[in-house]
Amino acid sequence: MKNIIETDILIIGAGPVGLFSVFEAGLLKLRCHLIDALPQAGGQLTEIYPKKPIYDIPGYPSVLAGDLVQNLLKQIEPFEPGFTLGERADSMEKLEDGRFQLTTTDGTVHRAPVIFIAGGLGSFEPRKPPIDNIEAFENRGIDYFVRNPENYRDRKIVIAGGGDSALDWSIFLADVAKELTLIHRRTEFRGALDSVEKVQELAAAGRIRLVTNAQVTGLQGNGQLSGVVVQHDTEGEFEIAADNFIPLFGLTPKLGPIGEWGLAVDKGAVEVNTFDYSTNVPGIFAIGDINTYPGKLKLILCGFHEATLACQSAFKIVHPDKKLSFKYTTVTGIEGIAV
Amino acid sequence: MEENMIKITVIDREDLPHELDAPTDMNMNLMELCKSYELPVEGTCGGMALCASCHVYVQSDHELNDPTDDELDMLDQAFFVKGNSRLGCQIKLKTALDGLIVKLAPVAV
Repeated sequence: MKNIIETDILIIGAGPVGLFSVFEAGLLKLRCHLIDALPQAGGQLTEIYPKKPIYDIPGYPSVLAGDLVQNLLKQIEPFEPGFTLGERADSMEKLEDGRFQLTTTDGTVHRAPVIFIAGGLGSFEPRKPPIDNIEAFENRGIDYFVRNPENYRDRKIVIAGGGDSALDWSIFLADVAKELTLIHRRTEFRGALDSVEKVQELAAAGRIRLVTNAQVTGLQGNGQLSGVVVQHDTEGEFEIAADNFIPLFGLTPKLGPIGEWGLAVDKGAVEVNTFDYSTNVPGIFAIGDINTYPGKLKLILCGFHEATLACQSAFKIVHPDKKLSFKYTTVTGIEGIAV
Repeated sequence: MEENMIKITVIDREDLPHELDAPTDMNMNLMELCKSYELPVEGTCGGMALCASCHVYVQSDHELNDPTDDELDMLDQAFFVKGNSRLGCQIKLKTALDGLIVKLAPVAV
C-alpha cells in the first residue's frame, strides 16, 4: 500500500479556483493537497484553452489562460501544496476521528478534515453511445479505453467512432486482432489526414473492415459480448460477430463519483450555502463552476471569492479551539496569521 | 417586428413548440436563449462546443453560419446526429434568423 497523504484541506480539482484556494488557505496556515484527473494543473484552462485570452481577471486587462495558471502556481509556491495528478477522486468515507478518507481510482489514499470540491465541469469521462443494454456489457466485451492492446490479440474487434482515437487504435489493433471492423456514422473522417489515409490503405488491403454511414444500435451476447447490431443508412440492419466493442466518441464532463457522496446536487452542480460555500455535508465545500446557488455565475473571479470565504470556515474545522484574526497581505505579507 | 427582436420556435423533446422572443443585440446564441427561457438545455461547457448538450435539429430552411471545425468535431462524437444537426451554442442570434425553427435532440447519457 502506498503512503497515506495527510493534509488540512484536500482540494479536488487543480483548476484556477482549486489553485487559488491554496493561497487563501496558506494565509491561514492551512496545508493543502490537490487531486486532479488530468495529468497537469490548470484544469480546463490548460487542457482546453491555454492560448485563449481572459479579460475579466481583476488587474489583468487580458491574460492567456495558460499564463494565468502559471501565475497561480507561482503565487501558491510558498505554501508548498501537494499534488496527486492523473488520478480521479473516487471513493470517500468518513473516519472515526472525523476526518475524510478519499481514495483515487489508482488507489492513492488521502486524509483531511476538510474537502474542497473545485471540480469545474466535472471529470472527463467517455461518451457512451445510446444503446439500450450497453451497461450490462461493460467490462464484458465493451471497453471505452484501450488499456492493454494485448487483451485484443486474436480477437474479433469492432471499433466505432470517427476521430483520431478511433483511427489510431484501428490502425494499431489491425495488427493485433483477428478481425477488426471500424464503424463510422459518416463517410468522411475528421482525424489527422495521414491516419485517415492509413486506415483507407488497411481497408483496401483487407486488414480493416471499414463500415461507413452506419451506427451500432444493438448488442448481442449472453453475459459476454458476442456481436453487435449495425444499422446502415441504406443497407439496413446486419450483425457483426465481435468479442470486443470499443466505442471511441471522446470525453464528456460528468460529475462522476462525487455525485454518489451524499451531496445535494441540482442539474449536475453541487448546492451550497453562500455564507461559506459549504455543502449539506459538514466539512465538504464546493467552489467554482461545480457549485450552484441563487445568482450563481460561472466565472473564475467568483470562484476566487468563494474559495476565500470557504477557507475561513475550513480554519474553524481544522482548529476548532483557535480564534481567527483577519489580516491584509499588505500588513503581514504572505505570512498571514500566526498559528 | 420589434427592433432587435426576432421570433424563434424551439420544439422540446415532448414535441411541444415554444415560440421565443429572441434579442439580436445581446450577442446571444441559441443555447443561451433556450437556457434563459428555462428550456431543458444544459449547456454544460458554457458554449465552447465541447459537450453537445445543446444539440438541435434545424427544421426551417434558414441560412446559418457554417459550422466551425470545433463544432464538426463535436458533432462527430455526439449521438442522434442527422444532416440538420447543429450545436445551439454556435448559432448566433441575428435578424436573418427570424422565424427559425429548431427541435431539441434527445439527451445522450
